Amino acid sequence: MDEKPKKLTGAEIVWECLIREGVEVVFGYPGGAILPTYDAFNKYRDKVHHVLVRHEQGATHMADGFARASGKVGVAMATSGPGATNMITGLATAMMDSSPIVCITGQVPTAVIGSDAFQETDIIGATIPVTKHSYLVMKVAELASTIREAFFVARTGRPGPVLIDLPKDVQNAVTEFKYPDAPIDLPGYHLPKETSDEYIGQFVQMVDDAEKPLIFAGHGVLLSNACKEVMNLAQKSSIPIATTLLGIGGVPDSHPLVLGMMGMHGEAWVNKAIQDADLLIACGMRFDDRVTGNLKTYSPNSKKIHIEIDASEINKNVQVDLAVHADLATVLRQVTPRLENRERKEWRKTISGWRQESKVRDVQSFESDSLLGAQAIRRIWEGTNGKALIISDVGQHQMLEAQYYEHDDPRTLITSGGLGTMGFSLPAAIGASFHEKQREIWVVVGDGGIQMTIMELATAVQENVNINIAIINNGYLGMVRQWQQMFYDARYAETPISSPDYVKLAEAYGMSGHRVDKLDEIIPTMKKAQKQEGPTLIEFVVEQNDMVYPMVPAGADLHDMITRPDPSFMGNGEKKEKERIK
Amino acid sequence: MKQTLITLVEDKPGVLNRIASLFRRRNFNIESLVVGHSETPGVSRMTIVADEKDAHKRGNIYFNLLKLVNVVAVKDVSNLPCVSRECLLVKVTIGPDELNSLNTITKQFGARIVDMGAETAIVEAVDEEETINEFVEALEPFNITELTRTGKIVMRCGKTHRVSGTRINTQPDDIMWSPEQVSSYH
Repeated sequence: MDEKPKKLTGAEIVWECLIREGVEVVFGYPGGAILPTYDAFNKYRDKVHHVLVRHEQGATHMADGFARASGKVGVAMATSGPGATNMITGLATAMMDSSPIVCITGQVPTAVIGSDAFQETDIIGATIPVTKHSYLVMKVAELASTIREAFFVARTGRPGPVLIDLPKDVQNAVTEFKYPDAPIDLPGYHLPKETSDEYIGQFVQMVDDAEKPLIFAGHGVLLSNACKEVMNLAQKSSIPIATTLLGIGGVPDSHPLVLGMMGMHGEAWVNKAIQDADLLIACGMRFDDRVTGNLKTYSPNSKKIHIEIDASEINKNVQVDLAVHADLATVLRQVTPRLENRERKEWRKTISGWRQESKVRDVQSFESDSLLGAQAIRRIWEGTNGKALIISDVGQHQMLEAQYYEHDDPRTLITSGGLGTMGFSLPAAIGASFHEKQREIWVVVGDGGIQMTIMELATAVQENVNINIAIINNGYLGMVRQWQQMFYDARYAETPISSPDYVKLAEAYGMSGHRVDKLDEIIPTMKKAQKQEGPTLIEFVVEQNDMVYPMVPAGADLHDMITRPDPSFMGNGEKKEKERIK
Repeated sequence: MKQTLITLVEDKPGVLNRIASLFRRRNFNIESLVVGHSETPGVSRMTIVADEKDAHKRGNIYFNLLKLVNVVAVKDVSNLPCVSRECLLVKVTIGPDELNSLNTITKQFGARIVDMGAETAIVEAVDEEETINEFVEALEPFNITELTRTGKIVMRCGKTHRVSGTRINTQPDDIMWSPEQVSSYH
């Protein structure tokens, strides 16, 4: 970089640095302590697009959605105090799901920090547990190198959110600006080095020795761009693959070796295979409690290999036999060529048998007077040829999406997995739409979740983003209701929830709205929405009493699944279901 | 046995906050934590003693510490030969006929009286944790009005050294400073 140093304010340096980091879009909301940076933005409008959100939480989810769709760092901006604290949920969401975002917050001037000045919050202190790292910039001379470092930390290793707190006087201060190009000096930031041949050898031996191995594809498969490498490993040695919720899309669902999702609402045959396996090859995942169930009885007869870039995740929940602290793609490239070619016909036949048993119980073949959530999702899959980018929210519809929408391409499902943040999907989709211009984008969200961040409909209209919002409305906080039904004797405390008239609401916001409550209306209505430029909304009025099956109750053994009961319960609903559970 | 971790951190604002936050968040118990300068300018040295017996959880503490961006290096010295010291200040009230016995106990433990008031004395001791415990116990007949301990600081012994006439080979110096040895740790 051949740049002559020039005198700039801190505020201008922020934008100069963002541009050099390749940032094209910033999601934010102005306010007192970030005013200088917004004022400077006027000079940079032609290079960076700013999206005015309706709530700072939305800004962080948008940055997160953008990051997950693109693999680049997403950027959110807010003022001090309430602006910054509104970002905490978004930071925690990004932290749990390893999403690289940089949040820039204004702060009161350095001279009054600690005095409880107007709109002052110790946002660094408040966000230490939910950020990968954070910076309070006290000197303008350190600003450029700090921003550069923040982007580096956010996107490397196990990605995560980084917060930069920027006092107002630092934004106003003037200094000579030259974007640093020296190597980043972070003595305490340890990225894994090459894996020794000894470990690779052990890895190969364990796979070759196994009769019933399984590959687990986690979020790390996408983050490490290891989709091809995982498939190569699977095909070389004929190893079936199970995915985590965030691993969906990392391997093509239509491939015969790909079994589907594991865990609490995973497919029965997947969980059975896990319990029966003699080797688990865990690729970039963290054995969340939603994945393992009861740890004491978890996959009791298997040896375990764990490839993970974050050493602190290894042996945290599940003790493994071989730990490989490394970049996933790199390791798999070393392992696969050394493996024997295997067919594993018997193992695969066993799993296929379990799969056939489950298919019989599939809700798709049910006759029902009312529309079922699962059927709605399946139609959305058909209506988009399985090629859409889906951003799902949190709850029953999220699990149904994972079960009934088959994803064949990487980065086509974005959802809040670890934190389970209701209200994530709409803003995340708006963010993702700034990267994804080819695929159609569908938000799949419940009537509870949409109402948590519904104000971002205004942002969607203002930016005229091409997203279709499918609200799966069952009049309940469905997943909580399901737990009440199963574990609290159907005492529905505060789970029935009312909704506005979504069609009118969409119109009020200036977008088109539709409503469907019959199966055969879905595709024609989707077609209408698909033809329209800009955001559209479709309300799916679905059966209130339906539940997500199969289910492994929290803390239960993974093989101890509750499977879908006889279809006749659909007619007279809860009563029969309650009897069954008793 | 307690887990003792020598932790080198960048001398930057908020680092102590990050460490304390980590221990609280992950539900790890800190027994003691001592911070001070190290031999390198800009790098502080912490000695952290954690109360965790489970080997896997110990590994978890180690790698979580190392994950903090401001933590340059961590060394688990729990099972390695170390020089370990803690400093104690204790104030006791003493009558005129008690001074002799205080003097005797103090000498016996290699401690010293560093302040004499009209009715009180302050005693200072620098020793291993266990010896300090014994010393405090020995002082119990006196009326202890104030007591403060620094917590433990430790330093690895030389690579090969004598303990009671036996030569002990210690592990190489570079073990567990970096995250390279994930498998070897667990």
